[in-house]
Amino acid sequence: MNAVLTKEKQQDSHGRNESLTQKEKVYETKGLNLWYGETQALKNINLDIYQNEVTAIIGPSGCGKSTYIKTLNRMSELVPSVRTSGTIAYRGRNILDKSYKAEDLRTQVGMVFQKPNPFPKSIYENVAYGPKIHGIKNKKLLNEIVEKSLRGAAIWDEVKDRLHENAYGLSGGQQQRLCIARCLAIEPDVILMDEPTSALDPISTLKVEELVQELKKDFSIIIVTHNMQQAARISDRTAFFLNGEVIEFDETNTIFSKPNDQRTEDYITGRFG
Amino acid sequence: MDRLINKENVSRRMTGRILLNLIFKVLFLLATMFGLFVLGVLLYRIFTQGIGSLSMDFFTNFASRKPEEAGIKAALTGTIWLMGVVTPVTLILGVGTSLYLEEYAPKNKMTTFIQINISNLAGVPSIVFGLLGLTIFVRAFAMGQSVLAAGLTMSLLILPVIIVAGQEAIRGVPKDLRAASYAMGATKWQTIVRVVLPAAIPGIITGAILALSRAIGETAPLVVVGIPMFIAFLPKTIFDTFTVLPMQIYNWTSRPQEEFQAVAAAGIIVLMVLLISMNSVAVLIRNKFQKRY
Repeated sequence: MNAVLTKEKQQDSHGRNESLTQKEKVYETKGLNLWYGETQALKNINLDIYQNEVTAIIGPSGCGKSTYIKTLNRMSELVPSVRTSGTIAYRGRNILDKSYKAEDLRTQVGMVFQKPNPFPKSIYENVAYGPKIHGIKNKKLLNEIVEKSLRGAAIWDEVKDRLHENAYGLSGGQQQRLCIARCLAIEPDVILMDEPTSALDPISTLKVEELVQELKKDFSIIIVTHNMQQAARISDRTAFFLNGEVIEFDETNTIFSKPNDQRTEDYITGRFG
Repeated sequence: MDRLINKENVSRRMTGRILLNLIFKVLFLLATMFGLFVLGVLLYRIFTQGIGSLSMDFFTNFASRKPEEAGIKAALTGTIWLMGVVTPVTLILGVGTSLYLEEYAPKNKMTTFIQINISNLAGVPSIVFGLLGLTIFVRAFAMGQSVLAAGLTMSLLILPVIIVAGQEAIRGVPKDLRAASYAMGATKWQTIVRVVLPAAIPGIITGAILALSRAIGETAPLVVVGIPMFIAFLPKTIFDTFTVLPMQIYNWTSRPQEEFQAVAAAGIIVLMVLLISMNSVAVLIRNKFQKRY
């Protein structure tokens, strides 16, 4: 049923927006508001995410960019006082609808966090965690998934001889790529990255950036970043958030060369933030 | 340049400051030594008094009217039986409660109310728990002076301690580990079983062992429940009556004959060895699993 809906949506957007894009929409956010208790953190967000693209979200601290990315896999719900309104359609189905199980959504949408957060388990067990909770018990299949995921995250050669050692023995950069491998192991459709390189040194950052370029062939990636050069280097589209609102959302080249809004220009030229 | 601080005065005060520092160091050392000294005297007295009565027979004999024949077979076995009831009951109820309060309970007034009451219960005198056990388990549920009634009473006594220790251990598991698990589509239960509990178990076990060793040494609630002090048989089921080490020791110390004091001292040695080894295991577990994040 999902597939049919997606098909229709695709034709729809083809009919209307043919000049703008040929790509399929993964997420369509319409009129999203979000409150933490009495404080409104997101105000009327309208944003589309396209397949096999890297979408960067930039903006100063506290502008709502992390909050937004967390609504995309409903991790925002873990804060008890959160309320939302509006819709976020993932492949045509509203994920803010109560009947959409968060667990179900998260098997399609993986997440990489700001600080590397491997489990205090072996490297192998870290990667096999996702498939195992999804009910895969077959040892051979698990081995294949682990190898494929570690290769996909460009860390296989570094860890293949110590798969059963504790993941805490890896360096920070390796731990973050392990977390990416762990995310790949559930074979997601979308990967959310919440400032994935902010805790890493420049060389590890470069490796992760190269990896993102590689991964977008198979996945749609949404990356929150504080680093504007990073957004310019790796993303296809960029959204600029300020005080919980989307100020501007366009192709990255446009945003960084001739932004429409004065505030965007001030931010990317470093005049504030 | 005008100086606001007179350096001469500063160096004049230096000697006094350093002396005061030394005085407090010695004061705190003496405070520590006082406790150690009293403990040392106690241990010395117990060991010199009781070591003569410690023999194989002491472990294999039942209580007796004759001091030279008196043994702790019934009491030691009874303590083990009691632990056999208390350990599973407190672990299941305690870990269950702390998991509920930390992971599931909504953060509202009701939860806060329960939380405050659990902390208060930890401070209720043990004799009050004895009265509760007598009213509910012994009388209302007609369990009599059985291992089960005494075990449940003891469980109530140490549950608050285990719950609080368990909650602290669970709270100590980093939030981002839970987030990583949820983000891969794990349910709350899967996250608890595969991430939270493995990381929290050392803390839970340490707390549980310390609480259990309190239950082993506790006497007052069992006196109120009516556990006999003199018994010459072993319990066969949890519905039989029994006695425990501290009760037996209390019985011996209250005998008029001088010789029973030595027997009591021997009993105390056994009880202390049991408690110290349990506490050591707790410390070992804590050290082994420390610094995992």
